[in-house]
Amino acid sequence: MGVLENRFPDNVFFSTADSIINWSRKSSLWPETFGIACCAIEMISAGCSRYDLDRFGIVFRASPRQSDVMIIAGTVTKKFAPVVRRLYDQMPEPRWVVAMGTCAISGGVYNTYAVVQGSDLIVPVDVHVPGCPPRPEALMHGLLLLQEKIMGTHVLRKEPEHAAKRA
Amino acid sequence: MTNVTVLQETKQENGISQEVLLNLGPQHPSTHGVLRLILQLDGEIVKRTEPFIGYLHRGTEKLCEHFTYTQIFPLTDRLDYVCPPSNNLGFAMAVERLLGIEAPERSQYIRVIMTELARISGHLLIVGALPMDLGAMTVLLYVMREREMVMDLMEMISGARMHTSYIRIGGVREDLPEGAVERIREFCDILPKRLFDYERLVAKNRMFLQRTKDVGVIAPKDAIDMGLSGPNLRASGVDWDIRRDCPYEIYDRVEFNVITRETGDCYGRWICRIDEMRESVRIIEQCLEQMPDGLFQVDMPTIAFPVDKDQLACSMETHIHHFELSAYGFKVPKGEVYTAIEAPKGELGYYIISDGSEKPFRVKVRAPSFVNLQILEGKIGNMKYLADLIAVLGSLDPVIAEVDK
Amino acid sequence: MIVARPEFCDRIFQHFGDRIADGGAGIDMHSIEVGPEHVVELCRYLKDTPALSFDFLSDLCGVDFYPDSPRFQVVYHLYSLAHGHRLRLKCRLGDPPRAPTVTGVWATANWHERETFDMYGFVFDGHPNFKRIYMWDGFEGYPMRKDFPLRGYKDAYNPYGEEKGKA
Repeated sequence: MGVLENRFPDNVFFSTADSIINWSRKSSLWPETFGIACCAIEMISAGCSRYDLDRFGIVFRASPRQSDVMIIAGTVTKKFAPVVRRLYDQMPEPRWVVAMGTCAISGGVYNTYAVVQGSDLIVPVDVHVPGCPPRPEALMHGLLLLQEKIMGTHVLRKEPEHAAKRA
Repeated sequence: MTNVTVLQETKQENGISQEVLLNLGPQHPSTHGVLRLILQLDGEIVKRTEPFIGYLHRGTEKLCEHFTYTQIFPLTDRLDYVCPPSNNLGFAMAVERLLGIEAPERSQYIRVIMTELARISGHLLIVGALPMDLGAMTVLLYVMREREMVMDLMEMISGARMHTSYIRIGGVREDLPEGAVERIREFCDILPKRLFDYERLVAKNRMFLQRTKDVGVIAPKDAIDMGLSGPNLRASGVDWDIRRDCPYEIYDRVEFNVITRETGDCYGRWICRIDEMRESVRIIEQCLEQMPDGLFQVDMPTIAFPVDKDQLACSMETHIHHFELSAYGFKVPKGEVYTAIEAPKGELGYYIISDGSEKPFRVKVRAPSFVNLQILEGKIGNMKYLADLIAVLGSLDPVIAEVDK
Repeated sequence: MIVARPEFCDRIFQHFGDRIADGGAGIDMHSIEVGPEHVVELCRYLKDTPALSFDFLSDLCGVDFYPDSPRFQVVYHLYSLAHGHRLRLKCRLGDPPRAPTVTGVWATANWHERETFDMYGFVFDGHPNFKRIYMWDGFEGYPMRKDFPLRGYKDAYNPYGEEKGKA
């Protein structure tokens, strides 16, 4: 609360309801520990001391029922795809998906009989973080972009007419 | 899409307790990746475990048949993703044997340094992850500090933190940059003190000892029969290390101890890895002392990119070779070879059949974690409770990308 | 660089005579060719004889030589912990490929044989848990065979696959 502390006289604080809601949502994004392959190691690095994610309010939760964002870190295979969909369905709304790494975005180098060519064939993806694997700073950038996206969402306000419907 | 299980639920007559089938994974914090276990539980007691794998099967071996030999290196990186350079080394050695060439001496020393750094990186992760599975989260955060140092070194030397593809056929991709030797020496000075810290943090902790000592005991005979290798085998008392017994590269010129323990329990497997890291530091220091000047890759323009990059600008022949190498690859004589190295997880073998063209006819990867994980279906002594299973799984150190290829 | 035939091989050829063939010296180790009817006996002999003691099965894999005939081959890589010897056994099989299991000799062959069945369609008689290991249960075909397309068949997960029924 550093910027806001002891700043305003006895007065009323004006904002829009959406800003407050979005600010509280983006400041405590809880991802699901969903490391599949190599990108999971960079995700763990991002969560550890050097590239600390905890300072953004990001706390890894094991259960999908308690998480807001699913970071798909690694190659999604056809055998694993129904599990990804089920975990996504178990997440309560509002929920977002970050596809981390080229395998999650488009299948990566693995254009084979067993790999899903992009996790957006299974779940709707909000942010793509390219890289093989993306550096922890790249993942942080992706999560900050997600925060910006969240700040721009219309929660109580009406959606503009041109907005796309989520799957 | 689930496989049919062989475990059946049983109900007791008096209805007081019944065995249940519990599904662990494939998404679970302590299965070390996408591993699914179906457990037959009587309360907390595990009667049988059946692992289901294949959730990360990406078709690496099939893809290898469609890629040239140099293009396969990124695929080998992504097998054991916690220590990529060692996977590269096995494949490079196998192809060099088929070609009948030998990498220059300096490059062999650099390769061994990278492999031992990878071993340290891989062992550090499991030394931190096993206590985390058991509840001691501090160790993981501390080991990541050293792991970041190793990744910085790898980035300095090869350009990438993780999937380096640095060790190539005929040598390494680039020579060590200026200042790398000093930084590696600094790291080797820091690591032993930190390892001592980790031992003090956890190794004598009563809770850790109760959960890992005498838990998950694997007898030596069963370990050999089930094909275990690496620290998992050595912790059961079997004294076998490919670096010493079938030396490759320059391992016959460095002195190191092979760490064994007699207990075969989770604690033994964990402490083996800490001591192996100390030996790796010894090996790296000896390599830095002994490393000669010289070429960092073979000077064969038909197989490797030119050593002197300036030639590309002035020599037409070098230019043509470079183009052919990048566009078509190089032909490897007909033959077959099986090369095994001591990867951090165990015996990593590559069986390559070449039909004389630029792409291999068959590549089979003998992944150590694939074989190590099989022990869960078989004979592990003293693994009674579900909590013991988690400790055993952590101590076996499976990397699922290697299990599923 | 071809290695000379090691001494322990003479003992094996003496014992088995016509039932095995010399697969030739290799770059790294010697090969022995054996038919499926004698392979279990040979494996047991190699493991139980103290002078040989091949107690470690390093690897067991399948090879597809399509369109040559006989089409398939099982390759065993053995190692002796006591003596440090390595040996390669090759067993050529026709189409459809059938071989006896060696899980009675080395317990580690269990998963190797399941993988070979899953990828090539080899049937190992007497295997204790004979089912697919990598691919899901309803999967049709054997991916590593030379006539199976790299990208698999077209479906919702991989739009780059081949059309089913195409030659």
